[in-house]
Amino acid sequence: MNEIVTPKSLGLSREDLPNSYIGRSVPRPNARKLVEGRATYTDDVTLPRLVHAAFLRSPHAHARIVSVDPAAALAVPGVVRVFTGADLAKVCDPWVAVLAHLKGMKSAPQYPLPLERATWQGEAVVAVVAESRAAAEDGVAALAVAFEPLPAQVDMETALAPGAVVIHPELGDNLVFTRTAETGDVAAAFAAAHRIVEATFHTGRHTGVTLEPRSIIADYNRADGTLTVHHSTQAPHMMQNVFATQLRMAEGDVRVICKDVGGSYGIKVHVYPDEMAVACMSKIMGRPVKFIADRFEAFGSDIHARDHRIKGRLAVDAEGRFLAFDIDDLTGIGPYSVYPRTSAVEGNQVVNLCGGPYAFANYRCTTTVVLQNKSPTCQYRAVGHPIATTVTEGLVDLAAEALGMDKVAIRRKNLIRDDAYPCTSPAGMRFEGLSHHASLDKLLAMVPVEKIRADQLEQRQRGIYRGLGLASFIELTNPSPFMYGIGGAKISAQDGCTVRMDPDGSLVALSGVTEQGQGTEAILAQIVAHGVGVPVSKVKVVTGDTQTTPYGGGTWACRGAGIGGEAALQSAIALKEQILEVAGAMLQAQGSSLDIIMGEVVDKATGQVRMPLAELGRIVYYRGDTLPKDLARELVQTRHFITKEYPFAFTNGIQASWLEVDVETGMVKLLEHWCVEDCGRVINPMLVDEQVRGGIVQGIGGALYEHCIYNEDGQLLTTTLADYLVPMAAEMPDMHVGHVETPTKESLLGAKGAGEAGTAGAPAAIMNAINDALSPLGARVLAQPFTPDRILRALGTIA
Amino acid sequence: MKWPAMGYARVESLDELWQVLDAAGPEAQILAGGQSLLATLSFRLSEPSGLIDITRIPALRGVSVTGGTLRLGALTRHADLGRDPLVAAHAPILAQAAPLIAHPAIRNRGTIGGSLALADPAAELPACMVALDATIVVASRSGERRVPAADFFQGLFTTDLQPGEIITAVDVPVATPASRQTIVEVTRRSGDYAMAGLAAVLAVTADRTVDAARLVFFGVGSGAEIARGASVALTGTKLTQATIAAAQGALAGDLDPPGDLHGGPELKRHLARVLTARALGPFLAPAEQAA
Amino acid sequence: MNRRIDITLTVNGERVSRSVDTRLHLIDFLRMELGLTGAHTGCEHGVCGACTVRLDGDPVRGCLVMVASLDGSVVETIEGLSDTGEIRDLQEAFVARNAAQCGYCTPGMLVTAADILVESPEATREEIREHISGNYCRCTGYQAIVDAVEDVLKARRTSEAA
Repeated sequence: MNEIVTPKSLGLSREDLPNSYIGRSVPRPNARKLVEGRATYTDDVTLPRLVHAAFLRSPHAHARIVSVDPAAALAVPGVVRVFTGADLAKVCDPWVAVLAHLKGMKSAPQYPLPLERATWQGEAVVAVVAESRAAAEDGVAALAVAFEPLPAQVDMETALAPGAVVIHPELGDNLVFTRTAETGDVAAAFAAAHRIVEATFHTGRHTGVTLEPRSIIADYNRADGTLTVHHSTQAPHMMQNVFATQLRMAEGDVRVICKDVGGSYGIKVHVYPDEMAVACMSKIMGRPVKFIADRFEAFGSDIHARDHRIKGRLAVDAEGRFLAFDIDDLTGIGPYSVYPRTSAVEGNQVVNLCGGPYAFANYRCTTTVVLQNKSPTCQYRAVGHPIATTVTEGLVDLAAEALGMDKVAIRRKNLIRDDAYPCTSPAGMRFEGLSHHASLDKLLAMVPVEKIRADQLEQRQRGIYRGLGLASFIELTNPSPFMYGIGGAKISAQDGCTVRMDPDGSLVALSGVTEQGQGTEAILAQIVAHGVGVPVSKVKVVTGDTQTTPYGGGTWACRGAGIGGEAALQSAIALKEQILEVAGAMLQAQGSSLDIIMGEVVDKATGQVRMPLAELGRIVYYRGDTLPKDLARELVQTRHFITKEYPFAFTNGIQASWLEVDVETGMVKLLEHWCVEDCGRVINPMLVDEQVRGGIVQGIGGALYEHCIYNEDGQLLTTTLADYLVPMAAEMPDMHVGHVETPTKESLLGAKGAGEAGTAGAPAAIMNAINDALSPLGARVLAQPFTPDRILRALGTIA
Repeated sequence: MKWPAMGYARVESLDELWQVLDAAGPEAQILAGGQSLLATLSFRLSEPSGLIDITRIPALRGVSVTGGTLRLGALTRHADLGRDPLVAAHAPILAQAAPLIAHPAIRNRGTIGGSLALADPAAELPACMVALDATIVVASRSGERRVPAADFFQGLFTTDLQPGEIITAVDVPVATPASRQTIVEVTRRSGDYAMAGLAAVLAVTADRTVDAARLVFFGVGSGAEIARGASVALTGTKLTQATIAAAQGALAGDLDPPGDLHGGPELKRHLARVLTARALGPFLAPAEQAA
Repeated sequence: MNRRIDITLTVNGERVSRSVDTRLHLIDFLRMELGLTGAHTGCEHGVCGACTVRLDGDPVRGCLVMVASLDGSVVETIEGLSDTGEIRDLQEAFVARNAAQCGYCTPGMLVTAADILVESPEATREEIREHISGNYCRCTGYQAIVDAVEDVLKARRTSEAA
């Protein structure tokens, strides 16, 4: 355990340690503005001389752009300018999304708007800028653009076959990346196996559907040559670098401001060509340009994810011990790898994560990442995890059935022991400390398994089919530069925090991590209040401005608490030391004999109040003349943090789903859901629980509802919220969340990530529950989403 | 997307409406609750020259009962159907249908006249009106016309409404003690358009003999689909598991559903059979229900 | 027919007169003409509920209301409901339960939830879920929202009984 004192760790009540905010469900200080409608999202920002962009998007999956005639569009009232790909290429260099450590990876150069060909339906081709969004759309409607449709490569299964349409001929083929991880002797293990189970799984292509669509205002000031971008983004500093690099500007001349973000989930951490186009157009026009994606263009231009076909085999011995996993993953990523994270990472994660919770010796997993003429895919909440968990846990249930073993027992037998750490998985992942067995025990204490099994049997007599499904999982959090940096991407894995005390004794914390609604600012305030010793109400947190916050990576891969939180804690502790040194000088005491409790300097031994921080601030800032001349009195400290021992801080957990399948209609009714997860130190239990719940429902979306459906010509058919089904309140279950805490020793705070655990495990738990429900009927579903159609087909009700 | 440019005119009486319609020409459309029409504008699927707002015409409002007829003004909102005591008493299927239509905010604006004039193939109310054997009252400058609901709906988003005509009201025969009315549907999520739905109106005697039956499906065809074979199979005989099975069997000849994003024709046919049993099961003798 | 219409309506208790473009829906009017940015557009085709505001006392989809048709109407937005204090308990419950994460759906969700408090004071959890089933929230998974509404229903019943 790290030595961070909380009431819980000492067995004390909160009153004994009034300063301690770690582990408390403090309401978010920034929630008030949200419930009063007084937040500031990007579309709420208006600027003088603002113009609006709209895009003509390719109606074809693959087409040559023959000609663009802007004359009629330019005649539309309110239209200011029309831009083609060639116009923007004059001010913007193309980008190629590859990472050096993903050996052999290739992709094609991508421009803000394509120069010659459109390669997916929905790709922005021509931009119209006008005095209003409505006028810009009128302009788009008036554009005369001639396309020559080309054959499209839609099906990922044939993307590498002879005769496939090679989407970028200069690449030679449609293979973006392939990697095989192999450990032990897989062939021998399968040869010696008592039983082998195998299945082919599909995870449906789906997308993030942030309620606030992608939003950007780019504002180029010709006088000083600066570009200010108001952006709904997860990674302001990364985008600052991207804008500067691609638009051939100095990084210091670009400022990215990100106030409130209406949801991101990984969708808003990528470089989108249409957003780059907005920056280009502002630079050319020397005035602010706003682009707010509408829902239709969001479905066709936000990144999609999880379009995978996975074949899996699991070899077990007679006692039910796992001998070997053998996995073959195929994924179609659209026509370009997405910059700068690349679209190979999701498949790579599948290779890294399959079998992750279990102890076994032999492993082989291949991912094959191919191009196709559909929307680009890239990292989306819980990147690769729900896929790997679905395959792993699906195979585990199959093995249990093949052996006639209880599904809890087979997991207990094979989960990595809680005392086995540190250890390295067959896929090469290094685990510092996980708690699979403690988590399973806790889950079993929460889920009334016996009652559920009795109910299941009783209901079956009445023709009602209910099922219980389990899914253990691991989650990769607190990433180091091993994730992207070593591949050459300018994505910061470190993060910084500056904490200062102002004259009234209040604190301001400036952090490089960002608030997307997950509560980052709340936990930073708690950590800083805890670290310095002030009421949390005395801490203001500033995020989302590259010009004022320390350099950092922002929100991705569950790093806000673990990385940004530790930076905040270290800077808070440093500030406290500085304050106490000043206080010691004022009070003629040793700084080490003093403490700060609830905003007052106190005598450490007696708790006697010596001086409120406001008084200290008054003297430092207004009467510095009264202090010793050589006293350092900078009441501001900055610390940065990066993980050093482990490439990633893995977390773990287990979920259970209890549901009912209507075997006549194929409808699934979710009855109850449980998740136990171990994200290390829990800073704010309520916020962690809500991250887990929201994540579970996002996983449920992929499992039951969400699907980007294309026809064989590559036309996206699900372009409205009536066709693309997101989870809504009426169908969602109540969810119970429990915690095991195994803090990482890499930091004093000990926090790991919690944002993706729900999404990582929910689809597998639901799949296993559905198949448990259907087991008396001999039916099984393996392709997500598990729609009524697929369930009725599995039952043989329809052919 | 933003709505296309268009004109707007508000009328406060039918006489004024006829004048504005004459002046506006055929590209203008009627705006009632707007819950479907305005959404189609945001798809730019329709670009009317203008919208004529009829929501302030008093003659189109109100729910009343005269003799054996329940009259629903065209501007009756879905929310009104759900809470009006006259509707609950005299056309219970409409009160049952109301909460199935979208969500509260939509039901607060959407009108019965608008829903019927749109004739969405997956909508509840057209099927209910056909099942109820209601009469759609339409009017134009040249006077009033009464059209049986079964004749009013003519296919995918197509009705008998002629240029210059609007729906002014719907006349519904009031329920009798023999009436059995029910609506059931399968939706992926609450408030979604139905994958398949059934509005069933029967007259059943005390000994459970079915004197009349109208089974009308929605979401499985180009509009409100009367299952004639199934209805005949139920009529003139006691309602039993066997007659329900016969009705299910007859659906093969009644329905020719197209596929959609949820699945193919076979899925729809299957769901129609399931809904038939679920709709009629509660009207069986208690002993048979338990079986 | 005219493409600009003169209207006078009441927004959050204040009389507002404007000449409006007929192609403007209520939400763009509130946001762009009046600077009331609390209600959001999430889909602009009537499905997501982010634009839910109160019109003549009822929650409606602001993106499916033509502002030109609103002469004489009464509109209340989240800003107005906040200022009157009508839903202060609901807002406090949302904060206490963390029923808002990114907050983008929250104004629409609150307008819908406020309707439950009036229309169905005895609502069960299932009825609460059904009532908000037209308001999309990607962040919370809905449970905290249901909890918050349930808390307020209970508290209001208790305070009425007292």
